[in-house]
Amino acid sequence: MEPIAVPCEARPGAPQALTVSQLARVIRDTVRANPLLGRVLVRGEVSNLQRAPSGHTFFSLKDATAQVSCVLFREDLEALGFDLEDGMDVVASGEVDVFPRKGTVQLLVRAATPAGVGAFWAAYQRTRKKLAAEGLFDADRKRPLPAFPCRIGVVTSEIGAVVHDIVTILRRRFPLAHVIVAPALVQGPEAAASLRRALACVADRVDVVILARGGGSLEDLWCFNDEGLARAVAASRVPVVSAVGHETDVTIVDFTADVRAPTPSAAAELVSPDAVELLARVNGAGRTLLEEVRDVLERARARAAASGERLSPRGLRRGVEANRTLLEKARTALTAVAPREVYRHRDRLEAVGRRLDVLSPLATLQRGYAIAEREDGHVVARVAEVGSGDALAVRFVDGRIHVRVDEREEAP
Amino acid sequence: MTEGPTFEESLAALEERVEALSRGDLPLDRALAVFEDGLALYRRCHAMLAEAEQRVTKLVAAAEGLTEEPFPVE
Repeated sequence: MEPIAVPCEARPGAPQALTVSQLARVIRDTVRANPLLGRVLVRGEVSNLQRAPSGHTFFSLKDATAQVSCVLFREDLEALGFDLEDGMDVVASGEVDVFPRKGTVQLLVRAATPAGVGAFWAAYQRTRKKLAAEGLFDADRKRPLPAFPCRIGVVTSEIGAVVHDIVTILRRRFPLAHVIVAPALVQGPEAAASLRRALACVADRVDVVILARGGGSLEDLWCFNDEGLARAVAASRVPVVSAVGHETDVTIVDFTADVRAPTPSAAAELVSPDAVELLARVNGAGRTLLEEVRDVLERARARAAASGERLSPRGLRRGVEANRTLLEKARTALTAVAPREVYRHRDRLEAVGRRLDVLSPLATLQRGYAIAEREDGHVVARVAEVGSGDALAVRFVDGRIHVRVDEREEAP
Repeated sequence: MTEGPTFEESLAALEERVEALSRGDLPLDRALAVFEDGLALYRRCHAMLAEAEQRVTKLVAAAEGLTEEPFPVE
């Protein structure tokens, strides 16, 4: 073979030779200037997977006739949400760049999802086993949902039927709650990170979170099998209800959520007490309250009747007066609820009061007390009720005497 | 945002009053005070359920962090 002659210096008129660094820079600039290569989505099979001590992962993506070398940096690996393996069919997203030192063109992978049923299934099973082994699916980790959530967080796409259905149901069933929607991407390579961010934002502000997505293909739902999202759900400050896809779709997030709802609408019903049932409970308590106070009044009346005969006319009247005041208060309060009940009671109580008024003084006279009455028959209870010179009748047990007031002397 | 007692607290308080009355060991004036209290709570619970209008907002990233803005619901 003929050695290739390399000119040591440029001859006048001949093209100027580039240095290697210059050439590498031209290649790099060309690659970087191409918008298609700045954000690329590529599907292929993982091969030659190597994990460097630095934590970065190097591999190739290949198909039948070509391959491209790829690198997945450590921080992106942590966010990947599943474990890459040789032979796995994946869709990777990232940007193409050139590394002059090695002369390589590489795809810098930022995110990836398994592609094809086989790869999905394998990745799903691996994540499931891993988290189950850590106890993240255990029943005793599940927290009960709050009975009366004041604030309900909804993590889902802000467009589409799902968020609409959830909000509509919450409004109808439990309008007392404040609903906070945390919008997130729910499919594609960036969805898992977006869902994690939305969950983290809203969890601090609410009592319970609904994490939801409508039905879709295996690929569409993949982000809900993301290991990082599943861990975030398990670690959430407040209980999380998951509702992903249709009833038959079970994602990893469904296992780590506190409650799995079959559909987004069902999730909305699970977190909200029914206002109609609550109203029935309030009304029930109101009725019982009324019945109880009626009993209380009944008992008080019975006690008053029993002790009434031992009272002096003055004390008795005061007692009746006091009872009237209490009765009046109760009547006012009760009127608002059930006027008829109250009137029935008031009449009964007043009848008892009148009986006490009539019966008791006679017994007292028997014991030697006397009652002073004005000419109109009004019983004098206080000095202030008579004037000097008034005619009075003093009643004894066996009759009455008629006297005239000489002098009044009020107690100080 | 100013908040009085929540519905949950009001309902619990109402049921507490009912419970206290049904024990039947309160003096009459105490019992009536408890009753009036209960009646006010009952009205409050009723009003809260009847007048409640749900607030729906969404989180939006803003310069000063996260803010909430109304979420349109038809």
